[in-house]
Amino acid sequence: MITRLFNALGGIFVAFFQYLGEVVLLAADTFRSIFTHKLRWKLFLNQIVEIGLLSQLVVVVTGAFTGAVFAAQTFFQFNKIGMGSATGAVVSVSICRELGPVLTALMVAGRVGAAMSAEIGTMKVTEQIDALRALAVYPTDYLVVPRALAMMVSMPLLVAECIAVGIAAGYFIAIFLLDINGTYYMANMVRWTRNRDIIMGLSKAFCFGILIVFISCQKGLAAREGAVGVGRATTEAVVNSSLAVLICNFFLTMSLNIIYPAGYQ
Amino acid sequence: MLTVRDLTKTIGTQEILRGVDLDVARGETLAIIGRSGGGKSVLLKHLVGLMEPDSGEIWVEDQNIIGLSERQLGAIRQKIGILFQGAALFDSMTVAENIAFPLREAGERDPKVLREKVREMLDVVELEGQEEKMPVSLSGGMKKRVGLARSIIRRPKCVLYDEPTSGLDPVVSDSINRLIRRLQERLGMTSIVVTHDMKSAFDVANHVAYLHEGRIYFYGTPNQLQQTSNPILQDFMLGRSDGGGD
Repeated sequence: MITRLFNALGGIFVAFFQYLGEVVLLAADTFRSIFTHKLRWKLFLNQIVEIGLLSQLVVVVTGAFTGAVFAAQTFFQFNKIGMGSATGAVVSVSICRELGPVLTALMVAGRVGAAMSAEIGTMKVTEQIDALRALAVYPTDYLVVPRALAMMVSMPLLVAECIAVGIAAGYFIAIFLLDINGTYYMANMVRWTRNRDIIMGLSKAFCFGILIVFISCQKGLAAREGAVGVGRATTEAVVNSSLAVLICNFFLTMSLNIIYPAGYQ
Repeated sequence: MLTVRDLTKTIGTQEILRGVDLDVARGETLAIIGRSGGGKSVLLKHLVGLMEPDSGEIWVEDQNIIGLSERQLGAIRQKIGILFQGAALFDSMTVAENIAFPLREAGERDPKVLREKVREMLDVVELEGQEEKMPVSLSGGMKKRVGLARSIIRRPKCVLYDEPTSGLDPVVSDSINRLIRRLQERLGMTSIVVTHDMKSAFDVANHVAYLHEGRIYFYGTPNQLQQTSNPILQDFMLGRSDGGGD
């Protein structure tokens, strides 16, 4: 009984590290390919459109409503102790450092990660990836490199957009709905928000983009067993990407805070 | 052109190939026949490095391809075209884009040259005027023809066909067989045809190899196969499930 339990736990442990190894090997192969082989510009630009342009709606809506609701909640608490005008600073710093990158990454994992995994997974189970290999085209060069580069370029831009829209939405709610003095709101926001807060958010965006693209592509490339396998790969890509974003966010916050400390210094 | 020595492959707990030996001469057409699930497609995928064997050797011209990296295999794969069982067309591309794909990847960018080559290939596979169609709107036979056009556009020395006539009506099957013969005669390509369609095997092949229980059980000309009295081969040729061969 105990032996069987240990065997089962050991199996899960080994499978987890094997999976982790596959993602890391794919990432290493992709970076090697980026530096040693020519980029397919058309595929790269297609992916920029797919990841960057077509994610506009979700990113804008996420940013706007997060900024608005966060401004309202902060005001409700701060106003009790007469600090309503500090709302702007709290909203701005929080969106730059945490909410912007994390929520954008979760939305991109759902929209783009799922699409990547499903598309590559379908190609895998219909032998299209074997066809690429048989035509002397290395699948990492053709499928993963353009997606990875497009993600590295698009994610920081999407997060910057989410931050800007979130701060703007918070401002409008604060001024026009909550009757906070606009001058104090802006002054506090500008005083407490530093360049390093924005740099931290964009650094996180870059890291989250890398996590999402490699987890999703690996799941697609490992898809098996027809439509069911593709469905499973897609679900796992979204779940694993989202979990990876949330877990890595903690470690990124702790380590980046050493380089870019929070607060007015 | 191609030599296989003592090739073994186990998938899961099932021994698929148990020591396959095979020689394919330049310019000949070899049909590999055998029962469904007998490892024919697995053997074919090994020949182009799409699967890695547990042991054995595969020589393409003077090079053993076992142990080569995926990138090193690229040079070998330029010499060998493969037609997949389901054609494996890229479903996001038109017929013309699918056929031009290998040339484009090889660095050809001139649209005029690409258009001309695509038209020439469509002419070879008798699909003139279908350039702009998407794979989803093609019939099974048309897909196989497009897949074939894509695999021969770079004029490989050898073409592998994985069940080229499966799922097709007799008339379309016959046209695919004619196409295989024509490629051999016109372009001198070496062909390996994996099939369980006996008519197709007799129509196209110079030699026939029967894969049975993971080994080449019979190798000879189509005539020798037709004259055999071996019960296992007779059962297969006559499609008997309760014969004396088992």
